[in-house]
Amino acid sequence: MTRTVYVDNAATTAMSDAAIAAMLPYFKETYGNPSSLHTVGQVAKEALDGARARIAALVGAKPNEIYFTSGGSEADNQAIRAAAYNGLAKGKKHIISTAFEHHAVLHTLKKLEKEGFEVTYLDVHSHGNITSEEVAAAIRPDTALVTVMYANNEVGSVLPIRRIGEVCRQRKVTFHTDAVQAVGHIPVNVVDDNIDMMSVSAHKFHGPKGVGFLYCRSGVPLKSLIEGGAQERKRRAGTENIAGICGMAAALAEAIGNMQANMAKERALRDKLIAGLSAIPHSRLNGDGKNRLPANVNMCFEGIEGESLLLLLDAKGICASSGSACTSGSLDPSHVLLALGLPHEVAHGSLRLSLSEYNTEEEIDYIIAEVPKIVEYLRNISPVWEALEKGERPHLI
Amino acid sequence: MALYSEKVMDHFTNPRNVGKLDDADGIGEVGNAKCGDIMKIYIKVRDGIIVDVKFNTFGCGSAIASSSMATEMIKGKPLSQALELTNKAVAEALDGLPAHKMHCSVLAEEAIRSAIKDYYDRNGIAYDKAQFPDPHDEEEHTDDD
Repeated sequence: MTRTVYVDNAATTAMSDAAIAAMLPYFKETYGNPSSLHTVGQVAKEALDGARARIAALVGAKPNEIYFTSGGSEADNQAIRAAAYNGLAKGKKHIISTAFEHHAVLHTLKKLEKEGFEVTYLDVHSHGNITSEEVAAAIRPDTALVTVMYANNEVGSVLPIRRIGEVCRQRKVTFHTDAVQAVGHIPVNVVDDNIDMMSVSAHKFHGPKGVGFLYCRSGVPLKSLIEGGAQERKRRAGTENIAGICGMAAALAEAIGNMQANMAKERALRDKLIAGLSAIPHSRLNGDGKNRLPANVNMCFEGIEGESLLLLLDAKGICASSGSACTSGSLDPSHVLLALGLPHEVAHGSLRLSLSEYNTEEEIDYIIAEVPKIVEYLRNISPVWEALEKGERPHLI
Repeated sequence: MALYSEKVMDHFTNPRNVGKLDDADGIGEVGNAKCGDIMKIYIKVRDGIIVDVKFNTFGCGSAIASSSMATEMIKGKPLSQALELTNKAVAEALDGLPAHKMHCSVLAEEAIRSAIKDYYDRNGIAYDKAQFPDPHDEEEHTDDD
């Protein structure tokens, strides 16, 4: 039996025992529909209200500012469309974002561009970050929305959200942040961070899949994406996923309760991993070296292709991910790595290792021992590496 | 892993004929690093028979497996027969490739043709140019994802 070393926590996480325990009562015992008037329904409603209050308090919001959704993608779609159309009603058709947002944001913006909106995608530079000054400079009288992710899912950069929020508040522009990779991992407070709208997904912090929420500050208009019943104060139709919501509340409470200890542990493991893998010649750390998620490692190794690296790591029980084209199902490598200005051939050789507090130092040692062997093997059979070594092709990293 | 057949995984993790031939009679290189795939095939020819073949590949699992399988299929075969090898035959021998990986088997077919063409060119052997369409035409990727 090969062991399993799971280092793909930015994709999804294992559920925590607390989250599972919090969900179980809502399948058989408290199965009611919170919209029902009878006792069985009202017990479910109490659970829903309790989870909402708990989640709101954990991010600095009021309970009536939390709208439960099916996850981060839905929350992104809803927030961006609501803010865009609200702007349009006032004649504003400009949106500001970054070049390395999640596809849930980028593809929504592409659709809006087809509808006549104009979008400015801020350059994220080679280090994978932006400044609030760059946002301020891009704001125009017709800017309806600024949507900037809190932390990048691939390269781990943490963006200056508080200052961007401050700029947006001063200039009276609605500010949305996709905080899917941040909430539960680093301190996030919607009031302190000047956030108007924020998307969150439960399964990134040891909660269940298929559930998340949109924070929308009181007074910021929000329209429904899904028509139907009057759930979520008429902003999101459909019977609430009570078990999922209660699981999310428990997972978030645990993640935030243990945050300082988790961050310290992850940072130590991350830095050890980066140091170990950086010993591989012609490798490069991608993303912001300083303002970085505690659990993110993203490296490129020249002369090899990411998918073959992942498959060989998988054969060793190491579960990771890559921004290579072959893993994305498209022919271009990750838009995030390209946004950092990496050449295609370098971006194809990327490896993302995203940790969690469940990882151990022994696992990190195992990864540091295995990755160089696999990189060397793949380089030995790579005509690109051969050309690099012979000097027929210039080393890019 | 369910993405690939057992055959693909076998040829990927234990590739046959991997390496180089310093005294190759023909070398074919196709693909480009920008698209994430480069295949280089070396052949040794005696009396019209491919007596040895080696490959080097930069690419995903299916690209390496396709190179391995294709070299197995032409080793010891006459050039005329190697020229008839189709990408479909390579993919079938691997018990199939996912639809978006079929281009890897195309690359293998092209690399072999390119190595044989190189052998013909080096030795002044006449051939029908129509037999060797420019492989670069195949690299035009359409982004339909």
